[in-house]
Amino acid sequence: MKYILLPIAMMAILSACVEEERQLPIYGEVDIVEGDTIYHTIRDFTFMDQDSQIITNETFADHIYIADFFFTTCPTICPKVKQQLIRVRDAFPDEGRLKFLSHSIDTRRDSVPTLRKFADKLNISSDRWHLVTGDKKDLYDIAEDYFSIAKEDPNAPGGYDHSGYIILVDKNRHIRAYCDGTDPDKVDAFMKDIQKLIDEIDEG
Amino acid sequence: MKAKLIAIWFAALGIILISNCTSSKGQQGEYLYNVYCAPCHMEDGNGLERLYPPLNQADFLAENQEHIPCIIRHGIEGKIIVNGVEFNEPMAGIEDLNDVEINNIINYINQAWDNDIPTVNFKTTEERLQQCP
Ligand code: HEC
Repeated sequence: MKYILLPIAMMAILSACVEEERQLPIYGEVDIVEGDTIYHTIRDFTFMDQDSQIITNETFADHIYIADFFFTTCPTICPKVKQQLIRVRDAFPDEGRLKFLSHSIDTRRDSVPTLRKFADKLNISSDRWHLVTGDKKDLYDIAEDYFSIAKEDPNAPGGYDHSGYIILVDKNRHIRAYCDGTDPDKVDAFMKDIQKLIDEIDEG
Repeated sequence: MKAKLIAIWFAALGIILISNCTSSKGQQGEYLYNVYCAPCHMEDGNGLERLYPPLNQADFLAENQEHIPCIIRHGIEGKIIVNGVEFNEPMAGIEDLNDVEINNIINYINQAWDNDIPTVNFKTTEERLQQCP
């Protein structure tokens, strides 16, 4: 009996290792076009951040980044998400390849100076973390690329309905991980995914 | 025998349910805090950087007890100093809460985390609410 258990235990340990080292998946729909596999990709964008810098896909060309959607006067989930994002930032203090892109969905109230004040109060600096505003339709449309919801809803707290997801994007604009940014346990697991993606860059 | 066992089970279940009800009443303040206040002041009461002030070990909370009911109902804006740090971000009032609920939240935050501010009775909170500016 003992001799049967041993190989089973070893297999379990081995498969756990394999599981650990597996690369992160690429999320979203996959198209096959003339034999090529086309993965879900974040579209082109142009927004402006809290320091009036123009932010495009190029800003993140050699980086991985975490995207989220929020608005500064949000009374419900956004502060929790920001708290967790700050925790993520502080867990990777010197990782210059990891950036943050927070989209405001309240184009009416969240002007550049408002975003700037908000950033200052949260000690968010634009060399790693961009709080952006832009064309309302562009912002709402790109939310779909990030599997997020962003829309005006007079019945929602603060006037906007949106999800608290945080999304990890690689340098090829593919989504590699996402989680509920209000839940510290899920964010712990998400941080392991970030490390995996960083290791993936290191390996070439 | 079987019937007796089932009866005992039901009695036990009943006791558990009833004790849950009474204890959840004692914790209404905590529940409401987590729904209405924790998004900004956080579940640990420590706030967030210089955007949302702390309620845990906050001098402002301890020194302004008579104003807290009106702050909860009608909000607060303008510059305030909490534990030496300046905050200046409007907090909207939370108008869904009735007098009892506000009193329960205050008694929760006064004693939660590292706080040890005396609890307030309902009558006092009610009077303070009537005098809101
Ligand atoms: C949308 C975010 C938000 C929510 C929700 C919120 N607050 Fe506040 N609160 C603030 C901000 C911002 C300030 C600082 C106001 C200022 O700068 O004048 C503040 C200030 C306070 C203060 C005075 C300062 C201090 O730290 O002692 C108290 C007390 C307080 N809030 C209690 C509550 C309670 C109780 C609730 C829930 C019923 C609540 N708040 C819900 C954002 C919020």
